[in-house]
Amino acid sequence: MTRLIELVGIHKSYNLGLPNEAEVLHGVSFAIDRGEFVALIGPSGSGKSTLLNIVGLLERLTAGSYRIEGEETSGLDDAGLTLRRRAVLGFVFQFHHLLPAFSALENVTLPALMREGRVTSAQQERARAMLAAVGLGNDMQKRPGELSGGMQQRVAIARALVLEPPLVLADEPTGNLDRASSDEVFVLMRRMHAELNTSFLIVTHDPRLAARCDRVIELVDGHIESDTSTGATG
Amino acid sequence: MVNWLGFERRVAIRFLREGRMQTVLIIVGVAAGVAVVAYISALITGLQRNTLEKTLGAQAHVTVSARDDVVIPAREPAADTAVLVQTQPRVQRPRTIVNWQSLVPVLEAMPAVAAVSPMVAGAGLAQRGEASKSIALMGVDLDRYDRIVHLRSKVVQGEPRLGPGEGIIGRELADDLGVRVGDRISLVTGTITDSLRVTALVDLGVRELNRRTVIVPLRAAQSLVGLPGGATGIDLALVDVWAAKALAADLSQRFPYKVESWQEANSQLVSALNAQSVSTALIRGVVMVVVVLGIASVLVVSVVQKQREIGILRAIGATQGQMLRVFLLQGAIVGAVGSTLGVLLAVGLIKAFTTFVRGSDGLPLFAITLAPSLALSIAGIATVCGVLAAVAPARRAAALDPAQAIRL
Ligand SMILES: Nc1ncnc2c1ncn2[C@@H]1O[C@H](COP(=O)(O)OP(=O)(O)OP(=O)(O)O)[C@@H](O)[C@H]1O
Ligand SMILES: [Mg+2]
Repeated sequence: MTRLIELVGIHKSYNLGLPNEAEVLHGVSFAIDRGEFVALIGPSGSGKSTLLNIVGLLERLTAGSYRIEGEETSGLDDAGLTLRRRAVLGFVFQFHHLLPAFSALENVTLPALMREGRVTSAQQERARAMLAAVGLGNDMQKRPGELSGGMQQRVAIARALVLEPPLVLADEPTGNLDRASSDEVFVLMRRMHAELNTSFLIVTHDPRLAARCDRVIELVDGHIESDTSTGATG
Repeated sequence: MVNWLGFERRVAIRFLREGRMQTVLIIVGVAAGVAVVAYISALITGLQRNTLEKTLGAQAHVTVSARDDVVIPAREPAADTAVLVQTQPRVQRPRTIVNWQSLVPVLEAMPAVAAVSPMVAGAGLAQRGEASKSIALMGVDLDRYDRIVHLRSKVVQGEPRLGPGEGIIGRELADDLGVRVGDRISLVTGTITDSLRVTALVDLGVRELNRRTVIVPLRAAQSLVGLPGGATGIDLALVDVWAAKALAADLSQRFPYKVESWQEANSQLVSALNAQSVSTALIRGVVMVVVVLGIASVLVVSVVQKQREIGILRAIGATQGQMLRVFLLQGAIVGAVGSTLGVLLAVGLIKAFTTFVRGSDGLPLFAITLAPSLALSIAGIATVCGVLAAVAPARRAAALDPAQAIRL
């Protein structure tokens, strides 16, 4: 069976060919299947964000192989990468993740708008339902600036999931939130995972949350230190 | 198509609205630039049209006359000898155009020619009682001549007629001689004296001309000047005044006459008009460059400010082409909105000009209007300039590395 994503021997160097060249990832390999809920943990500077950006096709790898649904991505040009990103991926970032000039609802309909040039009423309904599902049924017309950090993050989750991509990448989605909101956001992601069978790859510094994922990959100094299933169910 | 550039349009408009102050300032800048260009273009066009109308209203577009007298050597010099001669230029007498009667229908048949008027010109004196004034005598056929210089519209007093023994004279000449419509004056040229009755006074627009002009029937002038049956010139009016130069060149090739276009007769005026056009073009060019630089600099700043948003849009699936178009569209919108306001502003300025700037007679100095085609083309050019100004910033936005932008 083909894996949803499969990385083999990934190397990543910054400033290639310059005096300050630095290899950040030294041969990372792992795979994720449809429906997995995976935490990526590790000390600061270990390369978690770099790895997530590579998985998200936002950054190119220096050496190694990265396949999405069996297809090698390293030879794709920018347009090809963008198409795969549209087809497979949703993103949730730590902060500054919403477009401040657009309302919560407009942020959630943006993925549809950029794909088709318009938002059908069905897509509009779907976005509303999504926002209602993340508990923002009454704040859809508000701008991000009028929402709390936890609410913003829930809008971002709604936006990442609205087109039901097979894989959602989240870089410290709760890193900026207090404990209560961070629990809420995490529970929401677990619920979406259960409802839509979406795979999640979540970078987190919070060991409590990591323990509540099905599988934990630990990155230390650009190597995978451990990759364990926890048997957790949320 | 309803969703053409739907995403780009939405994002471009939001970005512009978000950068409120910047957007307002640059749109005002574009509007000011466009207003200056539109106003100056309309003003210069109006001014030039007015000048040309005044000039061409009082003269023929092309004149045909006999070639100048030149001294022809009496004998061909032998092949191997050089001849040193000093010749006195010949006195230029009034000379008739050979065969002018058959030339007139040929000229009339030309499609570029609107009117043809043969005439006899000469110098003389006008006398009444003690007063004696030197005059420029012109013999014409009134109907034909009217089609060249619209003489009837220049009559200030009397009923223009050129029957035998009748004449039309300039307003100032009438004052100098103390004559009114219906009075008689004597004309003296060389040995011949004739008398005429003044039927009308005209204002040719130039005081010096009014002080000298006496218009009589062709036949009367022929006998006064001593050229029975002759014509010293043929005046032409053309359908298109700008065709005069080419037509004059063509005619002087085909006929043994001296042919002069109004441009040659008014070469100083023509070069002044040209200089004016060049300066206008220069001002327009400089203003357009300033507008382009203004839009470009605002958009460059906007791309830097919006790096994070661009990164997010790219991450959630926007293509490089879409980001490029978002910024090109911002340039186009700024250009289009700015130039619309600018054209309105120019219309206001023109209205103010025609209302407040008046001649000594209280009438507007001359008509200036902003032709819709001119307004449209200026607005179109400004919009294109907006897009061009956006090219560099838009390419920057498209080339932005989304990973870097998100990490900011
Ligand atoms: N664009 C870049 N140019 C050069 N070095 C970079 C760049 N981006 C990241 N790095 C370096 O790569 C290393 C890994 O960075 P990365 O952001 O992936 O770490 P991280 O595990 O996400 O850390 P944190 O937990 O603090 O977010 C760091 O040493 C960082 O300085
Ligand atoms: Mg990080």
